[in-house]
Amino acid sequence: MASRTQTISLTVDGVRYTDDVEPRLLLVQYLREVLGKTGTVVGCDTTNCGACTVLVDGRGIKSCTMLAVEADGHEVTTIEGLSANGELHPLQRAFNTCHALQCGFCTPGMIMQSASLLADNPDPSEEEVRHGLEGNLCRCTGYQNIVAAVRQAAAETAGHASSPASGSEATQ
Amino acid sequence: MTIMEERQAEIGRPRPRKEDARLITGRSRYTDNITLPGMLHLAMVRSPLARARITGIDTSAAASAPGVVQVLTGADLAAEQGSMPNAWPITPEQKTPPHPAVAVDTVNFAGEIVAVVIARSAAAARDASELIDVDYEDLPVVTDLATAARDEEVIHPDLGTNRSATWVFDSAQAGTGGDVEEALANSEVVIERTFTQQRLIPAFMEPRSTVVDPTGEQITMWSATQIPHVLRVMLALTLGVPESKLRVIAPDVGGGFGGKLQVTPEEVITLLAARRVGKPCKYTETRSETMMGAHHGRDQLQTLRLGANRDGTVTGLDVRLLADMGAYLGLITSGIPILGAFMYNGIYKFSAYRFECTNVFTNKVWTDAYRGAGRPEATFAIERMMDELATELGMDPIEVRRKNWIAHEEFPFTTVASLEYDSGNYEAATDKALELFDYEGLRAEQRRRRESGDPVQLGIGVSTFTEMCGLAPSRVLGALDYGAGGWEYAQVRVLPTGNVEVVTGVSPHGQGHVTAWSQIVADRLGVPFENVEVLYGDTQVAQRGMDTYGSRSLAVGGMAVVAATDKVVEKAKQVAAHMLEAATEDIEFSGGQFSVRGTDQGVSFNDVALATFAAHDLPDGFEPSLDSDATFDPENFSFPHGTHLAAMEVDTETGQVRVHKYVCVDDVGHVINPLIVDGQVHGGLAQGIAQALFEEAIYDESGTLLTGSFTEYLVPSAPDLPEFTVDRTYTPATTNVLGVKGVGEAGTIASTPAIVNGILDAIRHLGVEDVPMPCSPSRVWNAIQQARTSGQQAPEPEVAP
Amino acid sequence: MIPSQFEFRAPTTVDEAVELLSNGMDVKVLAGGQSLLPVLKLRMADPEMVVSLTKVDALRGVRRDGDQLVIGAMTTHAEVATDPLIAAHAGLVGKVAGTIADPQVRNRGTIGGAVVHADPAGDMGGALLASDAQMTIAGPTGTRTVPAAEFFVDFFTTAVDEDELLTEIRLPVFDGWGADYQKFTRVAQQWSIVAAGAMVRTSGDQIAEARVVLTNMDSVPRRATAVEQALAGVPVTEEAVASACAAAAEGTNPTSDLNGDAEYRRHLATVLTRRAVLAAAGHRGT
Repeated sequence: MASRTQTISLTVDGVRYTDDVEPRLLLVQYLREVLGKTGTVVGCDTTNCGACTVLVDGRGIKSCTMLAVEADGHEVTTIEGLSANGELHPLQRAFNTCHALQCGFCTPGMIMQSASLLADNPDPSEEEVRHGLEGNLCRCTGYQNIVAAVRQAAAETAGHASSPASGSEATQ
Repeated sequence: MTIMEERQAEIGRPRPRKEDARLITGRSRYTDNITLPGMLHLAMVRSPLARARITGIDTSAAASAPGVVQVLTGADLAAEQGSMPNAWPITPEQKTPPHPAVAVDTVNFAGEIVAVVIARSAAAARDASELIDVDYEDLPVVTDLATAARDEEVIHPDLGTNRSATWVFDSAQAGTGGDVEEALANSEVVIERTFTQQRLIPAFMEPRSTVVDPTGEQITMWSATQIPHVLRVMLALTLGVPESKLRVIAPDVGGGFGGKLQVTPEEVITLLAARRVGKPCKYTETRSETMMGAHHGRDQLQTLRLGANRDGTVTGLDVRLLADMGAYLGLITSGIPILGAFMYNGIYKFSAYRFECTNVFTNKVWTDAYRGAGRPEATFAIERMMDELATELGMDPIEVRRKNWIAHEEFPFTTVASLEYDSGNYEAATDKALELFDYEGLRAEQRRRRESGDPVQLGIGVSTFTEMCGLAPSRVLGALDYGAGGWEYAQVRVLPTGNVEVVTGVSPHGQGHVTAWSQIVADRLGVPFENVEVLYGDTQVAQRGMDTYGSRSLAVGGMAVVAATDKVVEKAKQVAAHMLEAATEDIEFSGGQFSVRGTDQGVSFNDVALATFAAHDLPDGFEPSLDSDATFDPENFSFPHGTHLAAMEVDTETGQVRVHKYVCVDDVGHVINPLIVDGQVHGGLAQGIAQALFEEAIYDESGTLLTGSFTEYLVPSAPDLPEFTVDRTYTPATTNVLGVKGVGEAGTIASTPAIVNGILDAIRHLGVEDVPMPCSPSRVWNAIQQARTSGQQAPEPEVAP
Repeated sequence: MIPSQFEFRAPTTVDEAVELLSNGMDVKVLAGGQSLLPVLKLRMADPEMVVSLTKVDALRGVRRDGDQLVIGAMTTHAEVATDPLIAAHAGLVGKVAGTIADPQVRNRGTIGGAVVHADPAGDMGGALLASDAQMTIAGPTGTRTVPAAEFFVDFFTTAVDEDELLTEIRLPVFDGWGADYQKFTRVAQQWSIVAAGAMVRTSGDQIAEARVVLTNMDSVPRRATAVEQALAGVPVTEEAVASACAAAAEGTNPTSDLNGDAEYRRHLATVLTRRAVLAAAGHRGT
């Protein structure tokens, strides 16, 4: 590894890190290989699948399409930093109760992008959820329960008693 | 003893999954997450050419590049790599080409591995792989299936032909029906159609990854596989490593859909590399490599002739297939179309059937299992043909089906394809689906749009499907020349505290077996759901197994769990009887309590577990253990069925197609966990709809894959799919005590023809007779244009549907 | 998945950045990276140096300057899509920004990066063309301004030379115009197969003035001037607008690919143009 490394300082999941990295190192590789945060996964090499989605300064981005050196000075949140004080984030709970995951591989990206979506739009319609997740591919669930989970988490966060679209058997 | 409170049954409960806790918090254990001390990394050099002779490989620059430990070519590995296994020679004469993990002399598809770099980091391996210089001498490429079948250019010259094998089922010969030519000759109507089952890419979300640690007493392989057990025995047979010296672990696996039902060159290579350098090695493919190098699915050309009388009664079906194997035969490549052979008759009871399939080599990556494996192709064909028949006769598509399906009182029913369908109720599922769908209302809407010339037309697609699940009775597999049995294994271990460990031979990768098995065992042993731990996916833990595919896990693996659990209860009754000073025959077991019939004396399951562990005072000769195992071999397949209805909108101005409404009523027998079953259906629907509308692996004439990433290979995301209405009827399987049938593939099998039938129903009045899959906007629009310019008008049906 | 090695610089001013571009090395400019990084990961490019604009704060943001809006080249698509100034005065640009790729890409990808990449299927070029944008380009000898109509040169080629940077985009204020963008794809996250953008100013029941642009109908975004002329004075009805839009594909040169042939694209262009114009004119129920 002849090329010069660069020093970056950033916050990941609330912890400050300073590391020397190769400029070509992708943010997702930094998270997985340098920090050992393997909760964020890689599903493609063309910025389509969204499995590697993390929050940078609170907004969902694909960590396979950002260099680690570009994260210098920024704040990154991964699936491993989403729950606080040992309590699951409402999205994590809703993904479980709505059966919004099967193999689980797309799940970190789905949850993080959902968090980004809800930050912009706390009460999205079904269509808004679907479009908000258009950069995330899932091969297992057909998305129905993911959409239900995001809306349930939104309702829970808003303090609504009812959970919209939680039943998959409801007729239209 | 006190009366136990009525315990809520676990079976049938929509339990959120146990396995989610790790996956939603990022504590996943996918293979690529594994790092071992001193671990080295592999990069593959893949052929850019679809067919070529390798005339030279210069690895010197790569070998001396920074961080590189070793570079391997096919020549280096020729003596030890053997040939990748094909476990299903469908005929004794089947032609099977040698398939080296690393190509030695020739390459036969673009993406085939020609060299391997082992380096200290993945980046160093990748950098060095660019320095390898391979000289190729181009050879003529054959990518088209029909062309390949003509043998003008033979891909594997030593085989003398591109035709690997031809397999025939004839109901006249099998004694299950009449002669199909005779039946067609005597039919009032014969419909002939050709359908293309396009090539698909399984597109599991986790790219394949393998880690091999050669430093222990056993060589340990972690791999993103559906089949750790099959993989272990196949590696042993392929490489000559003693099976007992291999341990295979499938940790968290990010989806498979048949795509990880394979023994892969990459797994063989990683093992050989690790053994050579004596260090742990990891190979994780990029998505681009998955697309070109992991097996594809479907890719068949179907020619069908269906005979019927004018009243709609089907008289016979003749099926001729060309099936594209790709360049080699993978694990069960050759058998995939044969899995469909028994399903072309669907739910119908016509009496003459012939199936003939010829397997053909082309210069593309090999095909193999993809969700449904043979059965979606068959179901598509028959369900499309039933709609064609309805159109021809001017009948409602539902009525044509009613006329021909097996009535619920006719079960068990031996089909023309020789299977015995144990149970089913097609009437009930269809009636329920029609009601949920508002069939009459949508037909009225369809008429309204037609009459007003609405640019967005509406069509209704019907698919009444069945499938054979629970693969498979071992004797049937034997009769089909498959290389193994179809049984499944389970072990139930009782810990001193009464906690229970369940070992299962199936290998889940998203199906929720941990939760479902816990529910089954909790009910049968009367222990809390939380007290059951399910272990799997490691040949050192689950010592036997046949793994997960073919909607088999519950119907076969779940039954093994039941059988092992029953044995535990039988043993425990002996201990309980001894503790209660009663006769074993007088012991009853219910809700986790053993009691003496007709008394209030009892002991709990936990008491018995502890007493057995202590072993201080057990019946004479009693082996101090409640642990039990069982191997379950199904007597028969199971036959889920269902009725799927799709209302499709077609924008006749652009060809854009949208699912307006989708209703399915599936009958998968008893349901252990409705939450999980719904999820399986949703995901299956998504994949079946994707075949109908979006996905196709396309090679150009030179054999280059044009759909080599998710930018071109269109996997739908959330906005591309509708909200599904999913419901069920419950007709239990009669061939297993759980009454379960399997659900993993149902949605995929049923939905594809429903969607295409719906599109055609929307635009048939414009003169369109067919749209090849995927029904892209441009294809739909072109079909409409062609129909318009050729001035065709569909003949006015005698009875408007 | 692993790019080749390169040197990395992250200057903080435009001048420093421009200076780095003329250092004799094979340099790639990294804006949001949403097109560049995939190319690097697949090793379809292996620059010696990557110059990131991420720390050049002056290139970010939207402001009003007299009767112009000024969009910094490093403003993200998400910022453009939600910016109130743009929504009020450059509706088509805002609408188009909201259709680019997917939310994550819009959070990182920039308007400058996208238009300098100049993919013929890229959405933003047409909107800038319709808006009479002026593109400010900084180079070793200072800055120059190029109208959008001259900015897009060919496939993946713009007026920005290798030693230059696009720094900002200036848009005249369009008040009282309706806008719509009809993007045609097979799946949601796909690049445009064809798209049509329209800006319409109505007067009573008539179209007073219209601007119409087409995406992916040629090597560069195309303005459908014949359609614009035909639309002037036309009543806002399906029939009249359809008739005026019939020639939308005239003079275009679309490609044929897996998603459709050139003839299909020409047909789509007319349908989408009609729909975009009607929607931009506030016509209900297309």
